[in-house]
Amino acid sequence: MSEQGIGKRVVRKEDQRFLTGKGHYTDDLQRIRQTHAYFLRSPHAHAKIARIDTKAAQSAPGVVAVFTGADTAAAKVGSLICGWVVKDKHGEPHKAPPHPALAVDTVRHVGDTVAMVIAETEAQAKDAAEKIVVDYQELPAVINPAKALDKGAAQLHAEAPGNLCYDWELGDRAAVDAAFAKAAHVTKIDLVNNRLIPNAMEPRAAAAEYDAGSGQYTLWTTSQNPHVTRLVLSAFVLGIPEHKLRVIAPDVGGGFGSKIFIYAEETLLTWASAKVNRPIKWTAERNESFVSDAHGRDHVTHAELAMDKDGKFLALKVDTIANMGAYLSTFATAVPTYLYGTLLAGQYTTPAIHVNVRSVFTNTAPVDAYRGAGRPEATFVLERIVEQAAREMKIDKAELRRRNFIATDAYPYQTPVALAYDSGNYAGALKKALEMADYDGFEKRRADSKAKGKLRGIGLSAYIEACGLAPSAVVGSLGAGVGQWESAQVRFNPTGNVQVYTGSHSHGQGHETTFAQLVSTQLGVPLDQVEVIHGDTASVPFGMGTYGSRSLAVGGSAIVKACDKIIAKGKKIAAHMLEASAADIEFKNGVFSIAGTDKQVPLGGVVFSAYVPHNYPLNEVEPGMDENAFYDPANFTYPAGVHICEIEIDPDTGVSTIAKFTAVDDFGNLVNPMIVEGQVHGGIGQGIGQALLEHGVYDEKSGQLLTGSYMDYTMPRADDLPSFDVGYQVTPCPHNPLGVKGCGEAGAIAAPAAVMNAIHDALAPVGVKSIDMPATSSRVWQAIQRANTKMAAE
Amino acid sequence: MYDFQYHRPKSVADAVAALKKAADGKLIAGGQTLLPTLKMRLAQPTDLVDLSGVPELRGIKVEGNAVVIGAMAKHAEVSASAEVQKAIPALAMLASEIGDAQVRNMGTLGGSIANSDPAADYPAAIVGLNATIKTNERTIAADDFFKGIFTTALKEGEVIISVSFPVPEKAAYMKFDNPASRFAMVGVFVAKLAGGVRVAVTGAGPSVFRVKAMEEALAKDFSGKAVENIKVPTTGLNSDIHGSAEYRAHLVTVMAKRAADAAK
Ligand SMILES: Cc1cc2nc3c(=O)[nH]c(=O)nc-3n(C[C@H](O)[C@H](O)[C@H](O)COP(=O)(O)OP(=O)(O)OC[C@H]3O[C@@H](n4cnc5c(N)ncnc54)[C@H](O)[C@@H]3O)c2cc1C
Repeated sequence: MSEQGIGKRVVRKEDQRFLTGKGHYTDDLQRIRQTHAYFLRSPHAHAKIARIDTKAAQSAPGVVAVFTGADTAAAKVGSLICGWVVKDKHGEPHKAPPHPALAVDTVRHVGDTVAMVIAETEAQAKDAAEKIVVDYQELPAVINPAKALDKGAAQLHAEAPGNLCYDWELGDRAAVDAAFAKAAHVTKIDLVNNRLIPNAMEPRAAAAEYDAGSGQYTLWTTSQNPHVTRLVLSAFVLGIPEHKLRVIAPDVGGGFGSKIFIYAEETLLTWASAKVNRPIKWTAERNESFVSDAHGRDHVTHAELAMDKDGKFLALKVDTIANMGAYLSTFATAVPTYLYGTLLAGQYTTPAIHVNVRSVFTNTAPVDAYRGAGRPEATFVLERIVEQAAREMKIDKAELRRRNFIATDAYPYQTPVALAYDSGNYAGALKKALEMADYDGFEKRRADSKAKGKLRGIGLSAYIEACGLAPSAVVGSLGAGVGQWESAQVRFNPTGNVQVYTGSHSHGQGHETTFAQLVSTQLGVPLDQVEVIHGDTASVPFGMGTYGSRSLAVGGSAIVKACDKIIAKGKKIAAHMLEASAADIEFKNGVFSIAGTDKQVPLGGVVFSAYVPHNYPLNEVEPGMDENAFYDPANFTYPAGVHICEIEIDPDTGVSTIAKFTAVDDFGNLVNPMIVEGQVHGGIGQGIGQALLEHGVYDEKSGQLLTGSYMDYTMPRADDLPSFDVGYQVTPCPHNPLGVKGCGEAGAIAAPAAVMNAIHDALAPVGVKSIDMPATSSRVWQAIQRANTKMAAE
Repeated sequence: MYDFQYHRPKSVADAVAALKKAADGKLIAGGQTLLPTLKMRLAQPTDLVDLSGVPELRGIKVEGNAVVIGAMAKHAEVSASAEVQKAIPALAMLASEIGDAQVRNMGTLGGSIANSDPAADYPAAIVGLNATIKTNERTIAADDFFKGIFTTALKEGEVIISVSFPVPEKAAYMKFDNPASRFAMVGVFVAKLAGGVRVAVTGAGPSVFRVKAMEEALAKDFSGKAVENIKVPTTGLNSDIHGSAEYRAHLVTVMAKRAADAAK
């Protein structure tokens, strides 16, 4: 038993199913009388739709129905929503232009949905879509967020003059200005945080079915949060009563944030399933995913850091333009504000911080949360400028950080940007990471590389994240449209095995194992007697889903609470069975006993008694063993750590090779270290992908997505990555029962700055001052050439 | 994918006949290029003539001072062939670096060169080794075969039967991958043949090309040093989000140098 409990490297229960092709994904569904949908998408970045003629398509073979924006508008299908209201500098809510599921008179990005064709087969739907004639009148487009606010830039929405969604600020500007006025040194930096395209292994998919007898809709969808999907579709978009809509997110192959959101396609499928009174299925093809999944990042930032003569940080100011894309996706507004500006204190005592964020509309796919969401952008700004400052001040980069770390005894620590950190040991993580990376031996390795004609660099990233989203009262006061607690239900069956229902959703995270380990430890039930169930609004209590590294910290805490209720009830039953007082009953390793005696009854016996209450304290407790709990966290959790990247560059080709990557993370307690390692590895992989390889590029003139397939969008592959050296600093979270902080996003948050700092460290000796992500070999080579030319001229 | 008629002839003659009869017929070999094109509805042939059942197009054999490889030889077969590894190790190596395992197990020599993708690897070996392409109608010299981006000397209905690669004294291929597609951003094939030295470049331009200045330098001194300062002009070279023409031109020199040093 103890071999399977908390802290053990238990092999994932779900892997057998996934690795042998026995998973059940949305696209595996075959409903009786099922039809197939195909979405006709805009080939233009920006155009008026003068006319759509669907006549030929309607009568094409196999066609069941064709719908356009005119149909959905007439049926009063609501706009897709953004669920987080950000108030601007003046207290005004963000501009929220309508986002029709099918474009009505204007298309605003390549891939915008123009028509839905429903047919007997997918091929027939596609054939018919080719017969739809759309008369587009092309309009000028704006792509680059840095140009969206320019006078004369193409305008996307009448509701958002100048393409501005909001102009938001956080922090004390006057205090920042005062600190800059007396600074001994100011470091300035300009950064681009490159647009990323999520690319979950399973593309988005949905199937919808309407039961005319009961008036019940069922939607199967690749969602990270089926209850939120149901809530949004019911309350805001389609008006289907919540109890008449069942949303099922079956096995889902990766999300990384992109499957949090409620998109046009599943909305339209649900709506149309009643119109055509037949089940409809749609699965995105990879090229559709590229143009229609919400993208990530896409910031342009200027930042300045003021220091005293010893490198003590006095103040930080940050000015960012964040790209929202053509429409606001479900949580888009929150990402560059409350998940970004609030993280700019990092691990440091910087007393004054001011951040200004202008979010803008452009003719590109919507941008929303993507693994890390806001926090990678904040870490990138801070850790790049800190290392730039170290270079300018000629202070060792580890030492400069040490001088500015929040002390280990300073918790709770209130930052100047709203968050109150609960715990941490930043100096401890740094020390460990420096040792693991053999930081002290680096200069020798740099010299060895130089002797071979190579440039070697080392870079650090001391990151912090706010995870475990989120204390509902706090996010509510900041504009969130929902609470962010989590639900759990622990249901024993009469024979003693357990079904655990969780509002969290697993789409690769391994909850079926981790949560079972947790229950196994709490209740002393063998792991194989615990079944974790998630993803179906018809069986699982209302839950908020999985994102923001919240599943264990919030969902796991709810499970612990439900287990506590089981134990409390069990004690009363055991007391009756053992003829003792409930106060004298202890519960340990699955056994109730009278303290200090050998009189005991196993949990299984208590459970059986609860379901067969022949000899049972019915006047004190109800029969049955089935407990519900909801957990609303007291605070965010604050995973933090230090990642170190060592890189070698071949100046002849610009190729960077990661020689060593070290990660020391503080996630609090670890339930399954093997799963945590997997999460760290995947996160670092994505972080390295962002730093060196990935880039969603639109042509600035035509607005066409130039990286619309794997021919041009560079996903990181195994041979792009080194073996990772992973270690931990464990500072348990003080405010949740498991002492856990969350590990899903850390790698993606920390790695880009570590890699880019290493690149800048390697290139500094040849005169390269600044290079943007992704630092592809071509960009590195060009930067070296430019520096050479400049040096030659000087 | 649109509907089409499918044929699986047993001989080249039948394949040619099937093509002739079709309104808009197309040969299919490994399908690694053609199938994605069809799936994305970028082409709508009326008929597909599958060459996988034609024995004349298979096989790898040494004939005199040349290795003759059938058009339907898969990349994996070429890279694993003991004959090729012995006679022209650079060619086996080139084949082993095409795409991924799935692509190498399906894609063919004939399909690759008929397609003439500017970033494909085989064209560098064909021109670098001065190979001869045998079709159902004639033989075509390497230098006459590739005509530009996705165009070759092949006529309508002409089928590649095999390619004859002269065995060089030494040769090497150096490929610099496009980071996303892993086709060649720049690939340089250098070879010392009985008839002289050849340097063929793929990926950098619209089609494979030779670098005469490097060939002359290597003829005098077959070493990396001999070419490390020879630059190719940037005019006409490819330029895209993955690399400018300058970068590609520079890589030609670096890869040529590395190939010359690695040749065996
Ligand atoms: C993921 C991926 C990665 C790849 N990476 C690389 C790479 O790194 N380097 C590289 O060089 N290539 C790469 N390729 C392309 C691969 O090598 C293809 O196999 C090749 O380009 C086409 O060969 P095929 O046998 O699949 O031809 P098909 O796709 O079947 O046909 C291609 C064309 O050739 C014609 N054709 C086929 N056989 C003959 C013949 N005998 N006579 C006349 N015409 C013929 C067909 O009509 C068609 O027009 C990659 C492909 C994929 C899908």
